[in-house]
Amino acid sequence: MRNVNTIFQREIMSYFYSPIAYVVISVFLIAAGFFFAGNLQIHQEASLKGSLDSTQFFLLLLTPVITMKLFSDETKSGTMETLMTSPVTDFDVVFGKFLAALSLYAVMILPTWIYVLFLTIFGNPDFGPIFSSYIGLMLMGGLFVSVGLLVSSLTKNQVVAAVIGIVSLIILWVIGYLSEYGDGWFYEALRYIGTYDHWSSFTKGIVDTRDVIYYLSFTALLLFITVRNVESRKWR
Amino acid sequence: MIKVNNLTKRYVNMNAVDDISFHVKENEIVGLLGPNGAGKTTTMRILTCFMPATAGTATVAGYDVFTDSLNVRQQIGYLPENVPLYLDMRAYEYLMFRAKLKNIPRRERRKKIEYCLEMTGIKDVQKQIIGTLSKGYKQRVGLADTLIHDPKILILDEPTIGLDPNQIRQIRGVIKGLGQKHTVLLSTHILPEVEMVCDRVMIINKGKIVAMDTPSNLMKQLKTGSNLVLEIKGEGEKIKSSLSGIDTVESVTYRKKDDANEFYINGSGEKDIREDVFNCIVKDNYILREMKRQTITLEEIFHQVTTKETEEETANA
Ligand SMILES: Nc1ncnc2c1ncn2[C@@H]1O[C@H](COP(=O)(O)OP(=O)(O)O)[C@@H](O)[C@H]1O
Ligand SMILES: [Mg+2]
Repeated sequence: MRNVNTIFQREIMSYFYSPIAYVVISVFLIAAGFFFAGNLQIHQEASLKGSLDSTQFFLLLLTPVITMKLFSDETKSGTMETLMTSPVTDFDVVFGKFLAALSLYAVMILPTWIYVLFLTIFGNPDFGPIFSSYIGLMLMGGLFVSVGLLVSSLTKNQVVAAVIGIVSLIILWVIGYLSEYGDGWFYEALRYIGTYDHWSSFTKGIVDTRDVIYYLSFTALLLFITVRNVESRKWR
Repeated sequence: MIKVNNLTKRYVNMNAVDDISFHVKENEIVGLLGPNGAGKTTTMRILTCFMPATAGTATVAGYDVFTDSLNVRQQIGYLPENVPLYLDMRAYEYLMFRAKLKNIPRRERRKKIEYCLEMTGIKDVQKQIIGTLSKGYKQRVGLADTLIHDPKILILDEPTIGLDPNQIRQIRGVIKGLGQKHTVLLSTHILPEVEMVCDRVMIINKGKIVAMDTPSNLMKQLKTGSNLVLEIKGEGEKIKSSLSGIDTVESVTYRKKDDANEFYINGSGEKDIREDVFNCIVKDNYILREMKRQTITLEEIFHQVTTKETEEETANA
């Protein structure tokens, strides 16, 4: 666990040494502010539901940008070799990087609490859906980050990692919508795999253990595959 | 300290390392010498547990590299080829990160880092961002990292590649100093390097070890003879014929040089031929301006060893 922390600290440090973190956070906050204001005007209600749904799309685009360098950069610059020949396990490395990216993700959505503050000053929001939405956002962040991490471990080109990451997340998102166009086990499966259905219950103020389990187990599975993929250099 | 037995690494259609065996004793500096693509990096990657071998066994400091990888990694300091570093970090920060990663207890970290900065001579640049350092200094940061946990064994892959002659001399000095307290396995394709730094040298070619001995023994073992270079004033052809008359001289060549001639003499055996040559020149009254011994370099040894191999191969085929 100490090694996880060491890896985590270095990744956080390197995020704030590069402009990427600042750019990503700025883009997200501008977009979030825009949607918040827009939704307030249209719906005239003290809730975050509409605006969070829209910012969703930006998380889809921006999370892979956060994760793209995690492994790609190390493979490309060769630091993978110094890293993997130090006394650390592959899991330490993968999990440390995962936590670092998830923390940056949390830092990115944290300032949106200002909007909640606004709502409480000028209105009377229902806090249930707001809290559950943020729980949902973090769980979803874990899934998005683990998708991005896996993709980053597959290529040494950061741009490719970001693009494949974004495409994968969009697919994961869209298959949830597709499930509404039919019935039967196939569409049922699509609904379960897609992220949309699980996310939307959080915005309604429901924290369903099935949704929590969906996110946690999907994330764990992806992290496991990433560890195996990092190990795979050994049998290639 | 390092025991390698019948190690083989197979890539899709070729053996990068082909059934090699060798031992490295404590506090020995051993050079792995070979041209590009010989299998040096592959050997080192196996020993540092970066990738497993296809066949064979290897133990480092008593730990098996396949089954006891974490222990092995705790015992070695590895400097990969081209010295990969995190260019966005400051030198001190980087070493602190590496110190944590290598399980150095919190209160010893500062002291260890200070020591490594001292050893490698990078105290002045410890606050600089690594990306802004010159190649030579980056190399030293890499070297400082390999030393930080005071490993028993250092594995250095082409530690002087890409440096200017001055930097090369300094790095070699550092490595030689390290050899007193550490076991060092270093690879190079520069021949004088092993001659200067190493106690023992292994010559590797196409994944196979073709020779292994001390640099001086290797020279004795192979056809070294005693080769002389002389500058003699006088008539070239006549001098040549009298020099060729000496029993111990095998061949004589010469070329004009200013108002004199430069002669190259190959002795036929191990024996020192300088006296015979000198007596001959005095007897015939030539004017000797200079005589020096041409010691055979590892370059020639390497050439001989590898060409002998291929000759045998073609003979077998
Ligand atoms: N990942 C790889 N896949 C296939 N062949 C490789 C790989 N790495 C190295 N090789 C081949 O193995 C041989 C030995 O390489 P290497 O150990 O890097 O040599 P050296 O370090 O002595 O220059 C080379 O012919 C190289 O092309
Ligand atoms: Mg090499």
